[in-house]
Amino acid sequence: MPTSPSDPAGPPRSAGRPRSPQPSAPTGPASSGPAGPVRSGGADPVDLAVVGAGPAGLAAAVTAARLGLRVTLLDAGDRPGGQFYRHPAPGLGAARPEALHHGWAEFAAREAALCEHAAAGRITYLPLHHVWTVVPAEAAEAAEARRGQAAPPTGWTLHAVAGHAPDERAAAVTARAVLVATGAYERQLPFPGWTLPGVVGAGGAQAMLKGGLVLPGKRVVVAGSGPLLLAVAGSLAAAGAAVPAVVEAAAYTAYAGRVPALLRNPGKLVEAAGYGGALARHHVRLLTRHAVTEAHGTDRIEAVTVARLDRDWRPLPGTARRIPCDALAVGHGLVPQLELATGLGCATRPGPDAAVALEVDALQRTSVPGIWSAGETGGIGGAQLALTEGELAAHSVAAALSPERAATDSGRRVERLARRRARLRAFADAMAAAHRPGDGWTGWLRDDAVVCRCEEVPAGRIREAAQDLGARDARTVKLLTRAGMGWCQGRMCGPAVAALAGQEPVADRRPFSCPVPLSHLAELPATDR
Amino acid sequence: MRSPRSLVGGSPAAAYAITFDGRELPAQEGQSVAAVLWGAGILAWRTTREGGAPRGAFCGIGSCYDCLVTVNGLPNQRACLVPARPGDAVTTQEGTGRADLTV
Repeated sequence: MPTSPSDPAGPPRSAGRPRSPQPSAPTGPASSGPAGPVRSGGADPVDLAVVGAGPAGLAAAVTAARLGLRVTLLDAGDRPGGQFYRHPAPGLGAARPEALHHGWAEFAAREAALCEHAAAGRITYLPLHHVWTVVPAEAAEAAEARRGQAAPPTGWTLHAVAGHAPDERAAAVTARAVLVATGAYERQLPFPGWTLPGVVGAGGAQAMLKGGLVLPGKRVVVAGSGPLLLAVAGSLAAAGAAVPAVVEAAAYTAYAGRVPALLRNPGKLVEAAGYGGALARHHVRLLTRHAVTEAHGTDRIEAVTVARLDRDWRPLPGTARRIPCDALAVGHGLVPQLELATGLGCATRPGPDAAVALEVDALQRTSVPGIWSAGETGGIGGAQLALTEGELAAHSVAAALSPERAATDSGRRVERLARRRARLRAFADAMAAAHRPGDGWTGWLRDDAVVCRCEEVPAGRIREAAQDLGARDARTVKLLTRAGMGWCQGRMCGPAVAALAGQEPVADRRPFSCPVPLSHLAELPATDR
Repeated sequence: MRSPRSLVGGSPAAAYAITFDGRELPAQEGQSVAAVLWGAGILAWRTTREGGAPRGAFCGIGSCYDCLVTVNGLPNQRACLVPARPGDAVTTQEGTGRADLTV
């Protein structure tokens, strides 16, 4: 394998990096068998189960362990960091993974802490564990006795699918408290041609670059809305792609109405200036109040049509022009991933970006006693906010589980974290409002354009369901057209279907957060069915 | 020439081949099947059930299931998540990938 000319020798693998955290071996029988799923990390409940090892979950796990809690950290990915700190597998031998990242030191410090806590047995780290449901861990009689009382259940059982097919197995963890840090996925607003090969999510292009060191093409248009687009364009250009344009539907002048939030966050302005500088260096044009209204090609994308938008994101006639490209990275902000929390009954609220987020209080508690949440699940706000909320949540859980053991200096630390959280949330809300999709975006969605990628349902059939057949919400549209019924469970088309049905966005409900083999369900203990 | 590799430096612990529809492709240890395919300029590796339209990786994080592919005869694997292992035989997935079950 040739090394790059700029790096002739190639430094040794993992130079200057802490060793990767080792996954904890499951205890109990090697095969799940009829006795039910393997109890990962021992039969006794741990103090805290953290779902998600992104910035929020990672910060929460290492802080909780430092405060003396026994923690199990479950993550769908194979390495800690989540989507934001996604980085190449050790085998890829990246000498400078930080070159693809903003704020890498914050991650490296916590990854090192995770290694230490895992080695000392304070954290059980379970990568490749996709938690698909969380249920109260108690016998039916105890649940009955508790009914109508304010007391929370004494614990929770988390069920996960572990490993890759065909060797996936059922796993279960019991814990006294649960932190949901399941992050977010990208919001997509469809347009004609968005199913062509070469059209990829902006976050998807970033993930494939950060994790696999590959690009979708040589000439990549970046489009949609939100600050992620600037970061993606900067990474793609730095990695060698030509980026003819960043096409942003909002106007960055919308931030001007939120001056106080900006002034309280000078670090964010510096970050934005950094992105701007990178784009200028790579000669990338930023077109605001524009959108890609169509992707062209037969077997793969060859060009996009870009049009100017009015204030409501309605494409203006006569402004269309064509930009040749061999890939398009597109996304319209992020959507909190909530199904585990909504399955537990956690209350939600609509955010300023029109996406539904969890209701959390000043101590990161959800409306369900015993369930905490941190990071993007409480509203899209970025890695800095997620790190802060994760740490805050750990202090909150520690105080709830063992008030007598709470460290004496915890109070002042919590106050500082709460202030930082408020400041970063104010910025996040300003940003979310500026990039909230305008109602006019459906103006570029022709009737023949596919909306549901899985079930291949065009916009015309969804409009027919809404206008002629009386569907007023995404669920009814699904029953009439199959839109949202496929593999992705409506994650890709959900916001679009809701908009076409004239419905305000509602919280996702999915009984299974990922596909679960029937054999795993058959082996569940009766109390968890 | 800038490249992802020149940006992060270093070199893979191992390089080996996998096949896609019989064609040999270079893979680096730690890459997903989708990354190996993108690295070879291949963007589509399945066809849809209804329209027979070509699809490949879209969300890149395992959420959209558009990158489903058949690996070593097992259909419906998410190419963006499954690691590429030495000698893997990756094949284009037609429709459900379960033509063997058609009656």
